[in-house]
Amino acid sequence: MSADLSDLYQNVILDHNRRPRNRGRIPTANRSAHGDNPSCGDQCDVFLRLDGDKIAEISFDGSGCAISQASASLMTTQLKGRTTAEAEKLYKEFHEIVTTGKEPEEISDLGAFAGVHAFPARIKCATLSWHAALNALHGDAAPTTTESHKD
Amino acid sequence: MASSWESIRDQFPILNQQVNGHPLVYLDNAATTQKPISVINALDRFYARDNSNVHRGLHALSMRATDDYEGARSRVKTFINAEAPEEIIFTRGTTESINLVAASWGSANLKKGDVILLTEMEHHSNLVPWQLIAQRTGATVRYVPVTGDEGLLDLSALDRLLTPEVKVFAFTHVSNTLGTINPVADLCARARKVGAVTVVDAAQSIGHMPLDVRDLGCDFLAFSGHKMASVTGIGVLYGRRALLDAMPPYQGGGGMISSVDFEGSRWKPSPERFEAGTPNFGDAVALGAACDFIDGLGREAIREHDGSLASQARDRLEELPGIRIIGPKGERGGLVSFAFSGVHAHDVVTFADEDGIALRGGHHCNQPLMKKLGLTSTVRASFYVYNEAREIDALVASMRRTIKFFGV
Repeated sequence: MSADLSDLYQNVILDHNRRPRNRGRIPTANRSAHGDNPSCGDQCDVFLRLDGDKIAEISFDGSGCAISQASASLMTTQLKGRTTAEAEKLYKEFHEIVTTGKEPEEISDLGAFAGVHAFPARIKCATLSWHAALNALHGDAAPTTTESHKD
Repeated sequence: MASSWESIRDQFPILNQQVNGHPLVYLDNAATTQKPISVINALDRFYARDNSNVHRGLHALSMRATDDYEGARSRVKTFINAEAPEEIIFTRGTTESINLVAASWGSANLKKGDVILLTEMEHHSNLVPWQLIAQRTGATVRYVPVTGDEGLLDLSALDRLLTPEVKVFAFTHVSNTLGTINPVADLCARARKVGAVTVVDAAQSIGHMPLDVRDLGCDFLAFSGHKMASVTGIGVLYGRRALLDAMPPYQGGGGMISSVDFEGSRWKPSPERFEAGTPNFGDAVALGAACDFIDGLGREAIREHDGSLASQARDRLEELPGIRIIGPKGERGGLVSFAFSGVHAHDVVTFADEDGIALRGGHHCNQPLMKKLGLTSTVRASFYVYNEAREIDALVASMRRTIKFFGV
């Protein structure tokens, strides 16, 4: 297996793909958003319970490749307890990781996604759930699609 | 250069390369086929020697280019056994051909209460144009069901669905996802009994098997050049002349009018009526060369070759754990579509690419069918004249490595 491919399919990613965390709808969710990647058919729903400005609970559901499923799962573990501003900052960092391969500022599992940058076609797989989560935070009713933003 | 099966791979320069350190195994032919040197040379020769705008030209190059363009039309006419070159309209591809029929024939012939009959296995290109014209005219769309994983049309439902309200029945010859070969002649005959016009999507059959529009008995037939060893950007709509001459123009512009006044215009007959603007004559020449290439190999022989590889691949893949293969068990077109439980198609395709194997993963522009089958995506391996049995070995070995990695 090439170095690029083993960088892409890191153990953290395989683990989240196999045993997704926070999968399924939260009954108490007060925000949700749907994300679509029309070119490959990946779908992701994100459910949140916002308590004030804090993400008290978060979950996802959907279907897609290992990268998209692992990204959604890992995202839920990273966003729980964060404020909207913190979530946006974290997404900015995650976006930089997947597009440039840069390691995260603090030690974090998000770094497992650095290998994505060598596979430009897969960046959208990694960012789909994050777009849905940000839309849910902003209360956007319209479903997000990977065609409506740059990545 | 006449084509032959001998040293067939040498006729496709693109095959002679390494991808990710492995010899290229190109199994994405249902998306687009590679081009033989004879087609590349025909294109090259046209632009190096004859290029000029066609029709109305009074100089030597324009006359030559016109002869080349109209020669390509005649070549396609012979290739599908149409009655006249006027029945061959050049388009950008299958999608534009179907949009042309739906928009032009549909707007003149469909009204509220009419029914457009499609099948559940249609590519989006033979589905969305009909949904659009249904919205505009008030007609409704019905679908012939697919029998599940075996992927056959449920012909027992056809009598119930093919009622006198059906004005058009549009269906694919070979499914791009299932590999199913539909009984086109039978479907056309049954449609004719209720007075419905038939539209055949031949994108996946034209380059792979004998095809004769008079044997099929269809009213319209659409295909693309790039899926039959020719280039992108050129395709064909075949239509029976009586139908074409009664249809309004699709687009307006130069080349399609017989006279223009400020008050209004009159149209030329087919094919000019449907070819507004400067046509794609360069690529039409390449399409003619592709017809020669294919007939040089023989379409019966191509059907045998591609179908046999697809069946072999199916049998070999079936041995893999966790695999679900969709499509018919018997005769199939040159492709096989499958999914693994626990590994997504895109991950499979990424791993195959590492082994130099080009596959396609996704919904294959067949989203409604995928939903019906409870799938979000499949992996598709599709074959053409240059593929060999050893490439199936490479495919199966790559699949084994992938599912092992993901712990299936």
